[in-house]
Amino acid sequence: MRSILINRKRILILTLEILLLLFSLLLIFGPMTSLVLWSIADKWFWPNPVPQSIGLDYWKQALGIQKSLAIGAVSIVPAFFLSLMIAVITVVIAMAIAIPAGYALAKYKIPFGTFILFLFLMPNAFPQQPIFVNLLDTFTKIGLAGTVPGVIIVHILVGLVFGVWITSATFKSIPVQLEEAARSVGANSLKTFFRISLPLAAPGLLASSVFVFITSLDEFTGTFFIGLPFVITLPMTLYSSSGYNMQFASVIAIILLIPSILFMTLIQRVLKAEYVGGMG
Amino acid sequence: MSNLKLLSIVKKYGRVIAVDNLNLEVKDGELVTLLGPSGCGKTTTLRIISGFLSPDRGDIYINDRKITDIPPEKRGIGLVFQNYALWPHMTVFQNLAFGLQMRKTPRDEIVERVKQGLKTVRLEEYEKRYPRELSGGQQQRVALARALVLEPDILLLDEPLSNLDALLREKMRFEIARIHRESGVTTIYVTHDQTEAMVISDRIVILNKGKVMQEGKPKEIYEKPANKFVASFMGNTSFIEGIVKEIDGNYTILETADGLTIHGIGNGIKRGDRAVIAVRPENVQFLPTSKNDSREGYFNIFSAKVERESYIGEVFDYQLKIKNWSIRAKSSVANEKPRGSEVKIYLDPDKMPILIE
Repeated sequence: MRSILINRKRILILTLEILLLLFSLLLIFGPMTSLVLWSIADKWFWPNPVPQSIGLDYWKQALGIQKSLAIGAVSIVPAFFLSLMIAVITVVIAMAIAIPAGYALAKYKIPFGTFILFLFLMPNAFPQQPIFVNLLDTFTKIGLAGTVPGVIIVHILVGLVFGVWITSATFKSIPVQLEEAARSVGANSLKTFFRISLPLAAPGLLASSVFVFITSLDEFTGTFFIGLPFVITLPMTLYSSSGYNMQFASVIAIILLIPSILFMTLIQRVLKAEYVGGMG
Repeated sequence: MSNLKLLSIVKKYGRVIAVDNLNLEVKDGELVTLLGPSGCGKTTTLRIISGFLSPDRGDIYINDRKITDIPPEKRGIGLVFQNYALWPHMTVFQNLAFGLQMRKTPRDEIVERVKQGLKTVRLEEYEKRYPRELSGGQQQRVALARALVLEPDILLLDEPLSNLDALLREKMRFEIARIHRESGVTTIYVTHDQTEAMVISDRIVILNKGKVMQEGKPKEIYEKPANKFVASFMGNTSFIEGIVKEIDGNYTILETADGLTIHGIGNGIKRGDRAVIAVRPENVQFLPTSKNDSREGYFNIFSAKVERESYIGEVFDYQLKIKNWSIRAKSSVANEKPRGSEVKIYLDPDKMPILIE
């Protein structure tokens, strides 16, 4: 009698666990499933639970393989390459600033060091619209509005917080004795930096570049104010089609998702937990 | 052939004086230990010698060459850290070779010298391993080899054994002493562990609050402490306080407020001075407690009560009470004195230093 009771209890718990697991899977993958479904739906009208007809028309259209005015999608290939180029340049410049800045903030006693770190957080701490409206005013005066360099500057501003914060946390996590040991065997400070500190920081620096890259690829608000109507990045095309063309918007969303997932996997491989743990 | 000289080194952090007018000379091939509690200035001194801190005042010389303003990488000083500080992204071989590469040593000579260096610390088989694949003791030996392979003028060791467990620490003491003997490199060793200092040092310098309290051979310092701080730092010392009543030939006589008179050895101490007598457990002798002891009335024989007794393996460890004073003592296991018993003890006056407080 008692053993049956115990068995029942176990079955109940197991059922609950399975339900909870399914529910969390639904929470995580539900929206993505819907994205995939939408991107291949030729016709999908309410109240049907699945599309009435499916096909790759929107994909072909978006990737510039097919041209048809009927479905209202345009080729995103130019926008994709523009986004990629902006992201790469943003990463290079942001990291060129972030590595020395992060190293200095981590290793030297800089007056108001914490305050400087906090400054980099500013563009992300305030509501972005008012900041970029003001920036548009300035950029228009100096001729940067509506140009790719203008958009790159905005992306650097937004991305630098990841660059500097993760970089400085990474350098901080390297014990100072490792550098002193190098000095004591005859390496000057430059050689110590390139042979000891930099290789040890490499995983963290990679992670921080990936964050900057993804931030730039997904950046919307700044590009919207500064870039439009001349600089059209991938998130811009997504926005302009999201109101009326769910299929096309889903295709772009999936394409935007690919680099993020790729890089997140990469980070997970190389990044040690302590770098993230040492942040702030 | 290298000696090191520190002349009137002063280092302040804000208002705190970390090193207070320190003079130190280390002769060629000598192993000198800087010994003291944490915050005594020993690590600061080491960092000043290695060049990672610059002194506020004073100068450092190696072989009569002033190095005060020379950057760390040009001082020719080898360093071994408490946490080993091996470079985790390099193999053992690469760790040892790095310094040689910095000196642009030819490749085959590097291979040769790294092999020799690993042989010195008995780790020949490990050159392809990464530091994380080694035990703490092995890592510390690699760190030692990394410093020695460059044949530095001076070797500095900063608490190199304090991250190791007790057994390994004891083994490594002898290992370091052996390596020092074989390499003959002039060495400064920093520790807060008095036993470690006694085992490996040619000379010990005891520091407190940035000042040298005493320096000398381990035996000298242990047997003839210069002051109360040194006596309390070396060995398990108990103190009895009083006033110097008189100086009688070889002996100085101390009288306590509760009426004990104790004979001991005073050094430059005057009648009427406030002083303490330093009693070490090994200098407390238990006497047979028969009633008609012929030595009754002799000096330095006292009645005491056993307050606490603990068995620590090779001996019994006691806390005794003589009037108001607690002293530590020990006896052989065969000669147990139970807690609460009355005992007679003899304090050999030749082994009782009387010190200014």
